[in-house]
Amino acid sequence: MIRLRVNGKPVSLPEGSVVAAAIALSGLDATRSSVRGEPRGPLCGMGICFECRATIDGQPHQRTCQIPVRQGMEVSTDAG
Amino acid sequence: MPANFEVVIVGAGPAGLAAASAAVERSRRVLLIDDNPAPGGQIWRGEGRQPPRGVETWLETQVLGPLRPGLLMADRAGVPAQISYEKLILATGARERFLPFPGWTLPSVMGAGGLQALVKGGLAIEGKRVVVAGTGPLLLAVAAYLAKRNARILLVAEQAPRQRVLRFTANLWRQPAKLAQAFSMGRYLALKYRTGLWPVSAHGNGKLEEILLSNSRRLACDYLSCGFGLVPNSELAALLGCRIATGEVLVDEFQRTTRERIWCAGEPTGIGGAELSIIEGRIAGYAATGDRHSATSLFTARMRASRFPREMDSAFSLRPELRRLVHPGTIICRCEDVRFSQLTSHTTWRAMKLHTRCGMGPCQGRVCGPAVEFLLGCAPEGARPPLYPATVSQLALDRQ
Amino acid sequence: MTADAVVIGAGIVGAACADALSTVGLRVAVVESRVIGGGATAAGMGHIVVMDDSEAQFALTHYSQQLWRTLSPEMPAELEWDPSGTLWVAADEEEMQAVAHKHAYYVARGVNVEVLDAAQLADAEPNLRRGLHGALLIPGDSVVYAPCAAAWLLARAQLRRASLLADRVISIGRHSVHLTTGDRIESPNIILASGAWARELLPAIPVRPRKGHLAITARYPGFLRRQLVELGYLKSAHGHDTESVAFNLQPRTTGQLLIGSSRQYDVTHTSIDAPFLARMLRRAIHFMPALEHLRVIRAWTGFRAATPDSLPLIGPAPGREGLWLATGHEGLGITTSLATGRLIADAIAGRTPAIPPEPYLPARFPQ
Repeated sequence: MIRLRVNGKPVSLPEGSVVAAAIALSGLDATRSSVRGEPRGPLCGMGICFECRATIDGQPHQRTCQIPVRQGMEVSTDAG
Repeated sequence: MPANFEVVIVGAGPAGLAAASAAVERSRRVLLIDDNPAPGGQIWRGEGRQPPRGVETWLETQVLGPLRPGLLMADRAGVPAQISYEKLILATGARERFLPFPGWTLPSVMGAGGLQALVKGGLAIEGKRVVVAGTGPLLLAVAAYLAKRNARILLVAEQAPRQRVLRFTANLWRQPAKLAQAFSMGRYLALKYRTGLWPVSAHGNGKLEEILLSNSRRLACDYLSCGFGLVPNSELAALLGCRIATGEVLVDEFQRTTRERIWCAGEPTGIGGAELSIIEGRIAGYAATGDRHSATSLFTARMRASRFPREMDSAFSLRPELRRLVHPGTIICRCEDVRFSQLTSHTTWRAMKLHTRCGMGPCQGRVCGPAVEFLLGCAPEGARPPLYPATVSQLALDRQ
Repeated sequence: MTADAVVIGAGIVGAACADALSTVGLRVAVVESRVIGGGATAAGMGHIVVMDDSEAQFALTHYSQQLWRTLSPEMPAELEWDPSGTLWVAADEEEMQAVAHKHAYYVARGVNVEVLDAAQLADAEPNLRRGLHGALLIPGDSVVYAPCAAAWLLARAQLRRASLLADRVISIGRHSVHLTTGDRIESPNIILASGAWARELLPAIPVRPRKGHLAITARYPGFLRRQLVELGYLKSAHGHDTESVAFNLQPRTTGQLLIGSSRQYDVTHTSIDAPFLARMLRRAIHFMPALEHLRVIRAWTGFRAATPDSLPLIGPAPGREGLWLATGHEGLGITTSLATGRLIADAIAGRTPAIPPEPYLPARFPQ
């Protein structure tokens, strides 16, 4: 199992899972807040819509549906 | 220093894998690139497909655009890369078409393929109430997959009218095995399948709770998985200067684009499904490596395989009612939160973009572009580099 | 049809001319075949800045900036008006002397400016690299989203009976223009405001297209407060080298950063020159290393209308009765558009202009 944290909350998932799944597992429906402040979650699941963006290890605007979970990752969402 | 290859193939889905296996017969310097962590594209995601032996494969690699003729700029798992090619085969696949309706921006309203991909990526779906909606055989494939993962499929809503779907299924004996399999689904799914039905709006406080259907029924659910067909990914071809007509990359019988040394296979040349993509990929792979004989021998098979997508196109064409779902306040551009009412006074995509910010966000109009084309009839023009957001240092070609 | 004035081109300059001409009571027709503000107006950075290369440039930019400031309370939100100010960044002692010189120049002319030393600069923009010597702060400079500004100015003119024709002018006759549709507009005043494309209708005009590249990032709110320009920019902008780049970074109200700037003569294709874009971005990283990890979502190019002396052409076209020029604004078209509109309107209406119009008259160039 891969252990990581989403907005400080520990979650663990099987290897090969993507960060978007970890965010959902942490109990969040939204991965980001839109420019007018609406909650948004993943849409396309294949890296083209950019709705699943979150900050991973300090780097903002990462597409969480395309990035595999790694041990010790720190994920934060502005919708958190 | 750029990495040098004779043949570079962009996209490791059915077309790209087939192109690679054909090209490697004659060339020992073949590179296969894909954005995803594993080969297979969207359709074979998570199935453990392997690239052909002898082919160098770079995964988690995104082409950002051309640097100069014969040289591509790429992001290889966060590291800038330059790739030089003698021949380039574009097998960039397709994406889902999303149509806006009130509430489509709520979390847990996703693409049909989108939800499937996330479940393959570890999203827990067991026991969740799911409505699959939109159009085409993909809906059934998705529903079958989710059901197998113990999702509770409440409904599969196909917008196409019953007669059209029946005519299509009557011919299923000639269809690819996989599709036939989807239609010969178990009793459980068959009971959930409805034609001539589509979602009208989605509701919920901060996330999806309930949908309203075109038959005025309300349905409480956890996920709405919604896809309205496929859109070719032709942006890279556009950046490379290949001619594109009605969103499709123009190719000759050898899958050659209008640009020297560039071939294109699969969905970017017109949505045709995996079987046609594989044949086109092989033709492109042979043609690019000078094996015209092998390429030509596949022309008949390609002709046969292209009959099916034409039938599918007419069976699952989008009904005009879907254009009337949006309200003035419905968000069309999700990146910039542009509403429908802001767009209607403009008559071209460029005017909408410049004056409302529609399509100006990081998705570069990949989602709202096809939606605007369907709703208002103006199609996005061309593509702007970088193909995907890239760091300043990558585009600065800094050596780090 | 007839009009009191025909404006060719609905970029920011054409829109400002239509606004000013309709204000003095003229019935204006604007002809634009494409999107409003879709040329250099859309391609540029939208800065409204005072400049001091020459007295004439100062007078025009200063006057125009005041006009913009007067309008700002009425602007709708989509114009993204941002009085963010400009920091002219000095990389060495020599440039710091230039800062002192500029400071004295602006103070003498009543412009509010401030000199920042190295520590104050680092404090003002923490993402700049260490080792810079200071900066000149011009707090009155601002930024606007120019395509919407053009549309807004045009909408104001339309409220005063101006009409917009979606057509293209194929030739300019004596007191008339001919359109692709075969129509003709009769008018005593024809204003050519089509930027770098003015040459298509008036081949002898001393305007050359000067290509620029720009890149915009995703949203990084708080990364940058003010528009930054390296003092070396002046060498790039006013030298006439075939190719040059300079560091120019601008915060947008969206939280995005606009990265410039570059200049290329004698290039006509619109496509991105990736190696040249790379050179421009390396210049930006040189001043602001923290930019490295930010994501660029889009890059594009555009063409400025450049004149031999870096001043625009505003006034009667020599030897062409009734034809007025309003082009050649190079990289300052957004800034100087409003003053251009006023100068043209004042001349046509026979009013005394607020600043002397002579330095901008097209007649200064031999025909």
